[in-house]
Amino acid sequence: MGMDRRNFLKAAAGGTLAATCAAPVEAREKREMPQGAVGLLFDGTLCIGCRACMSACKAENDLAPEFNEIEGSTYWDAPLDISGHTINIIKAYVGGDSDEKDTLDGYAFTKLSCFHCVDASCVSCCPVGAMTKDSVSGIVSHSKDACIGCRYCVAACPFGVPRFTYDQTFPYIAKCQLCKHRMAEGKYAACAEVCPTGATLYGPVKELKKEIARRKALTPGTETEFPRGHIGSSDTFVGPVAKYIDHVWGEKEIGGTQVLHLSAVPFDKLDKKPLPDVAPANVSESLQGRIYHGMIAPIAFLGALVLVAKRSAKALGEAGEPDHTQAGDRKGE
Amino acid sequence: MHAQIQEQHSIDFDAIEDRLGMSRRDFLKFCTVTASTLGLSAGAEAAIAKAIESAKRPSVIWLHFQECTGCTESLLRANHPTLERLILDIISLDYHETLFAAAGHQAEAARHQAMKDNKGKYLLVVEGAIPVKDNGIYCKIGGQTAVDMLKECAADAAAVVAIGSCASWGGVPSTKPNPTGSEGAGEVLGKTVVNLPGCPPNPYNLISTVVHYLTFNDLPALDTKGRPKFAYGRLIHENCERRGHFDAGRFAKEFGDEGHRKGWCLYKLGCKGPETHANCPAVLFGDVSNASWPVGTGHPCIGCTEEGIVFTKPIHALAELKTVTPPVFFARPAEERGTGVTFAAAAALAAIAGAAAGGTAMLARNLGKKAPEPGQDAARPAEKKGG
Amino acid sequence: MAGSDAHPAPAPLGGKLITPWTVFLGLLSLIGLFFIGKRLIFGIGAVSNINDGYPWGIWMVYDLVIGAALSCGGFAMALVVYVFNKGRYHPLVRPALLASLFGYTLAATSLFFDLGRYWNFWHVFWPRYAQVNSVIFELAVCMTAYILVMWIEFTPTVMEKFGMYGLRKKLEKWLFFFIALGVLLPAMHQSSLGSMLVIFGEQIHPLWQTPVLPLLFLISCLAMGYSMVIFEASVSSVGFRRPLEMDIFSGVGQVLKWFLIAYLVARFGDLIWRGALGYAFVPGIRSVMFWIENILVVIPLVLLWTPRLRRNPQKLFLAAVAMALQGMIYRINCYFTAYVTGDGWNYFPSLPEMMVSLGFIAMEILAFIIVVRLLPVLPAQEPAPKAAAAS
Repeated sequence: MGMDRRNFLKAAAGGTLAATCAAPVEAREKREMPQGAVGLLFDGTLCIGCRACMSACKAENDLAPEFNEIEGSTYWDAPLDISGHTINIIKAYVGGDSDEKDTLDGYAFTKLSCFHCVDASCVSCCPVGAMTKDSVSGIVSHSKDACIGCRYCVAACPFGVPRFTYDQTFPYIAKCQLCKHRMAEGKYAACAEVCPTGATLYGPVKELKKEIARRKALTPGTETEFPRGHIGSSDTFVGPVAKYIDHVWGEKEIGGTQVLHLSAVPFDKLDKKPLPDVAPANVSESLQGRIYHGMIAPIAFLGALVLVAKRSAKALGEAGEPDHTQAGDRKGE
Repeated sequence: MHAQIQEQHSIDFDAIEDRLGMSRRDFLKFCTVTASTLGLSAGAEAAIAKAIESAKRPSVIWLHFQECTGCTESLLRANHPTLERLILDIISLDYHETLFAAAGHQAEAARHQAMKDNKGKYLLVVEGAIPVKDNGIYCKIGGQTAVDMLKECAADAAAVVAIGSCASWGGVPSTKPNPTGSEGAGEVLGKTVVNLPGCPPNPYNLISTVVHYLTFNDLPALDTKGRPKFAYGRLIHENCERRGHFDAGRFAKEFGDEGHRKGWCLYKLGCKGPETHANCPAVLFGDVSNASWPVGTGHPCIGCTEEGIVFTKPIHALAELKTVTPPVFFARPAEERGTGVTFAAAAALAAIAGAAAGGTAMLARNLGKKAPEPGQDAARPAEKKGG
Repeated sequence: MAGSDAHPAPAPLGGKLITPWTVFLGLLSLIGLFFIGKRLIFGIGAVSNINDGYPWGIWMVYDLVIGAALSCGGFAMALVVYVFNKGRYHPLVRPALLASLFGYTLAATSLFFDLGRYWNFWHVFWPRYAQVNSVIFELAVCMTAYILVMWIEFTPTVMEKFGMYGLRKKLEKWLFFFIALGVLLPAMHQSSLGSMLVIFGEQIHPLWQTPVLPLLFLISCLAMGYSMVIFEASVSSVGFRRPLEMDIFSGVGQVLKWFLIAYLVARFGDLIWRGALGYAFVPGIRSVMFWIENILVVIPLVLLWTPRLRRNPQKLFLAAVAMALQGMIYRINCYFTAYVTGDGWNYFPSLPEMMVSLGFIAMEILAFIIVVRLLPVLPAQEPAPKAAAAS
């Protein structure tokens, strides 16, 4: 009487099989860099730690200064990390007592700001589409208006970029958006514009990659021309090329990013721990895709469940049929 | 305070006013300024005042070699004290080719006499580089090569001061290919010499060094290049009046552009301030406000005190930042952030966990005591007392 | 009652609403509400220790993830009663449903206050904003739908209270559809609570990160559901001084046992398949927590192994507690222990933060007690022999 377990399993298995055969699902395709992708090249060996980029970024994005207990005053903007109020920071690695820059025993500077990933985790995980990736420039931007403040992006980003203001009544997520609000006026990322040594350089990612290859191909110590501001700019200077670590941060990490770093000091010393080449967004979306593609499996499963539940409910006397109750019979729900 | 000094050391300010033409106020100001330039502690100005008051003026022999006389010219423009007061009343300038009225063998004779009279006690000041190639024939005074003259004078000197970049490390004459083999005084003599590089150097650095010597009978603390730390211990970049613009990323890109007219940082125009040690922005030149040193007038510093920078690096080439170790509030790659366990939180959690565990145990015990259910098999009463 | 399909009809429990217990719970609720007020005015940081290294604290992990899993009783019982057609467990459905209802509603409410920009919460449902690739999107939609379904499933109870039998019968005609949804929806979102972690990639330690996470969370939540049914029944039995129907509960115990075995197979099978089991032997807090987590599966398995053991209410209860605890520790491990967030970050819930979670739990228990006393949820008590009076 009614559908028993054996039959249910048959139905469920059949339904699911039909569903999976009907829509063969490949893993979600690997994302490619958009044609017009723009980004930054940060060459740590050129950075002098002047932090003009931090000042310019705060000015352009209307961000408040941050004070810290170590520095002790409320005069200077002295953030210890990126945060809801600081979306670009220069950090100093100090390895030992040596005075030499870009050595393990000495010190080096590194920048932390959004990497504008090709396959961004934040874009994939945001439930309300507040994080979006521009299809032309590839810039990953954030919309405060859509955001619900769930902080999934904060947790998911492999680089730890999106940050949140926990100290506000009406909080928001903050991260670098490559100054896209200045692009209408023909300007570009403020940090690159203001950098006195061209350590932060703006430009199409294709061109930046060529520049990286050019620098890496030179013998360390060779005098060469470095552009300042944006790639191809006439504002250049001549200086010696450093001995780079043979790794371009962002080239392969997480499926590739549009902000690339060069360094003479190993990246893990700069708190840039090794990251896999596979984009977690791809893994997650492939998994979700396999389970839910076109909602076929859930609907098939629901179909089977409806059949089974109807029979069970009837058997339990809950299907709205004429009342069979007697004293002692349960008047089930 | 001044009354204190007068009382404590019973300085005769009237005599000083006669001798130096400086009112008591101006004189004491001079002593205070000199003391601060030297980086001495409070109270030193009193010692300086006393030393200067004393009648015996130290003998100074001033040699000129491969020079442009710019260092002397710089000294001529000193205001406190003015040069004539300095050379007539504070020191005894016993040989100076530019300022001497005499010339020729008479001047040389005066030099030898002064050296004999003040043997072991005179200050030797050297201006200009010394050529050593081909036995030093490229510079001769009175038939004597510069090398020989220097060695002769230095032998009996109490201290040797090399004034200007030329005397300090070779200066302009030593620019590649250095055809005459120009060297600094210290290199020629092979011993420690007080170097006061600069092209020209700041006259107050010399005056302060001399006054220090007068007061303490000792030279000021020197760095590894023989330069007094009070003047050459810091980079220009560290005291530059335009440093705020550097830090904020405001740079002049061309002479006459908006940034240049607003007085922005000249780093992008090649200012060598970040790799040059000198006290120009602190002490300035010529007492005419900051419009008296290159950066103040809007020209990038050319690094005139530093060997390997001035006359070697192009004026508009980007300077290398000889930055000091990053200041303490540079964020490290990973800082401690967030609040971990506090006593209150841990205690609360422990209390909650304890209560839960206690409740569970109580419930379990209660359940173990439960009487058999209605309808239970009489054959299974033993299990009811489970536990 | 063993073996018979006839059970007493559900009836309100009656009894005093204001007792020392309910007053205590009320007090905890008020304290929780106070700190929620503070959070609304001064920001999340003013009350909790959540930071950018640990953007999800106990409000997310305990209140939502664990809370929802602990509320799987309704799902678990629906599976057994309506899918596997075991009618004799029917009396357990209503109380399980009620517990689930409140658990989920509180989980959702708690999540609402964890959201930074909570006034935009409706964006998740609005086509213009909803981003379907996001696991949280699916989670929010399914959970909300499920809560609605549960409220609908609960209306017959309310209708009975107010004597609206005709209306009730009309609703019952369609109840099977909601019951079916009540199995599909939790299957979807409970597994999603695991899928949420997949996008963290290597930020989740290999002992926990796996594509099989949705399956593990699903099995685990069902096991927790059965555990919670046993737990709540045990507590009700002692708290409300009612007898326990051992037949039914030992049956639930048996179901639980199979789920425990399935869980262990899936968990360790996955670890071995991925070659990650070695990490369990690397000294450190992670391996310790891993073993604690898994010993807590073995304990209930041992306690429920034989039918004789399963007829023991104490063993059943302890097994249920152990499994519920296991589910909690598993989720705490997935979200905190396994979370590789970067050097220098610290997080431990602050006292006010804990009081908020505690407040929500108190509200849920309080509501459960009140509803069970006022509405026909629990099966009416049969006139029991004196020997059955519990201590």
